[in-house]
Amino acid sequence: MTGRRNLLLLTLVALTFATAIGSLLLGPVDLPLAGIAAALGGHGDKVTDIILFDLRLPRTLLAIIVGAMLGLAGAALQGYLRNPLAEPSVLGTSNAAALGAVAAIYFGLAELHPLVLPILSITTACLSLGLLFALAGRSESPLTLILAGIAVATLAGAGISLSLNLSPNPFAAMEIMTWLMGSLENRSFGHVWIALPCVAAGMALLLWNGRALDALTLGEDGAQALGVDLRRTRLRLLFGTAIGVGGAVAVAGSIGFVGLIVPHLLRPFTDRSPSAILLPSAIGGAALLLLADLAVRVIATSSELKLGVVTAFLGVPVFLLHLMRERRLW
Amino acid sequence: MVTLTLDRVSVALGRRQVVRDISATFAAGTLVGIVGPNGAGKSTLARAMLALVPREGDIAIDGDDVARLPRAALARRIAYLPQGQTLHWPLTVARLIGLGRLPHLGPMSKIGAADDIAIERAMARADVLDLRDRDATELSGGERARVLLARALAVEAPVLIADEPLASLDPGHQIDVMELLHAEAEAGGLVIAVLHDLTMAARYCDRLLLVDAGRLVADGAPAAVLTKDNLRAVYGIDAEVDLGGKWPTITTLGRIRA
Repeated sequence: MTGRRNLLLLTLVALTFATAIGSLLLGPVDLPLAGIAAALGGHGDKVTDIILFDLRLPRTLLAIIVGAMLGLAGAALQGYLRNPLAEPSVLGTSNAAALGAVAAIYFGLAELHPLVLPILSITTACLSLGLLFALAGRSESPLTLILAGIAVATLAGAGISLSLNLSPNPFAAMEIMTWLMGSLENRSFGHVWIALPCVAAGMALLLWNGRALDALTLGEDGAQALGVDLRRTRLRLLFGTAIGVGGAVAVAGSIGFVGLIVPHLLRPFTDRSPSAILLPSAIGGAALLLLADLAVRVIATSSELKLGVVTAFLGVPVFLLHLMRERRLW
Repeated sequence: MVTLTLDRVSVALGRRQVVRDISATFAAGTLVGIVGPNGAGKSTLARAMLALVPREGDIAIDGDDVARLPRAALARRIAYLPQGQTLHWPLTVARLIGLGRLPHLGPMSKIGAADDIAIERAMARADVLDLRDRDATELSGGERARVLLARALAVEAPVLIADEPLASLDPGHQIDVMELLHAEAEAGGLVIAVLHDLTMAARYCDRLLLVDAGRLVADGAPAAVLTKDNLRAVYGIDAEVDLGGKWPTITTLGRIRA
């Protein structure tokens, strides 16, 4: 099993690396590999330097950071809730983070400084966590948490709709809509530095839960009887998701389905225990988002496709597969 | 030698009083059966011993309050086989049984050689070695019950609490499981099993607790507990009881309508 797991991890790392290189090379202006190597070595020409360091490198790094976080959060939540259809949005975190960003655009705060939007977004994600705790109470059942999450998500969603409804002019509404579709376009290293600590903290908290998630295969009583402290497990899971996903949404907008698709695709290659899927889902998430972001750039459309749109389209076949399996058609 | 002590234990689930004022002391080397009608509070009593429900009164293992011990420390001392367990992910049998080693692993350590030996031993004792690579969610009821028992045995804790370990087992496997639990007790362990089959309970248990409506009705050797009068009072059944011979039998004759 260890050999198979290493092979899986190695394949995913190789895939991520290859797509990351692709992400640096491809775009409106294709850069040659040699040019990139020269720029990374510190003696590239000026245009390559600007494209690489101001545009492509931050975009590539963000795809990796955001994708890894979304993939891992999906895998951890599926394990915790023991539901293969769970993903970060079920806790309402993504919507809450989006609401913060939308508020920043709506009130014009986003124009004050590029960091205002992401910071507000992370703040609302953390606030939503407080609300989630208040609603879910001390209960350890997954259903209570899902219901509380739906309540938080709906509230935040209503807030977003309200701001669209009341938006002062069509341009503000357009800006909000564009942001909600999720994108990595025109992001800078500033965004990387915002997302990175949030995602690193979130990922560490979620990866720490691996063993507890395995024990939860036996249900809550079974897990506790195996020495799992469910209260702490839940704290780590909720904080990890809120901080990490909050940070990811803050810089990239709402990008759904990565957390759903990746664990699904990778589970058959593992021993199917929840812990075995965590790390592969993080790496796989990075690769998937890199690929989706490449697709956004390569597919020629009149205005650039948005990332969230591409991942939503990718999510549909996963649901269909699940449906077919449930109906035993496949 | 392990001792589990219950002192005036009561458990309320919501507003309902499920266990009332039960006291008992269990010593190592005993197979204890908890019997009683559905809803008597047997499973809740078992869950209280694992600190899975809040309770009043004291429950201590070798003098340590079970609710104050860190979860992992308690897990190394009491293994638990919950009733009718659902498996949420399709793990292989070997991987599932390996979960029994979790209480022994440090935060960063992986399953080692000693754990592998414990897993093998548990598999051999529950007779599931040939199921090793099967998907645990696709087993028959009987296979699954044995695999889950092996999972509990793999903990190698001095106390094993099994909630209805005989459910969905055919007569042959019922005997296998009871003999296994009995052997476990003979080897110095304390085994507490919630049981419904009174004949099996009488045949294999050293001591029985008869529980009804949350109260302890009788506690002692099977012959002293499973009397005609007790069965009539607690289960509302008329039964023929013969526990004196080599093969104890309890034959239910009929329901007594009040």
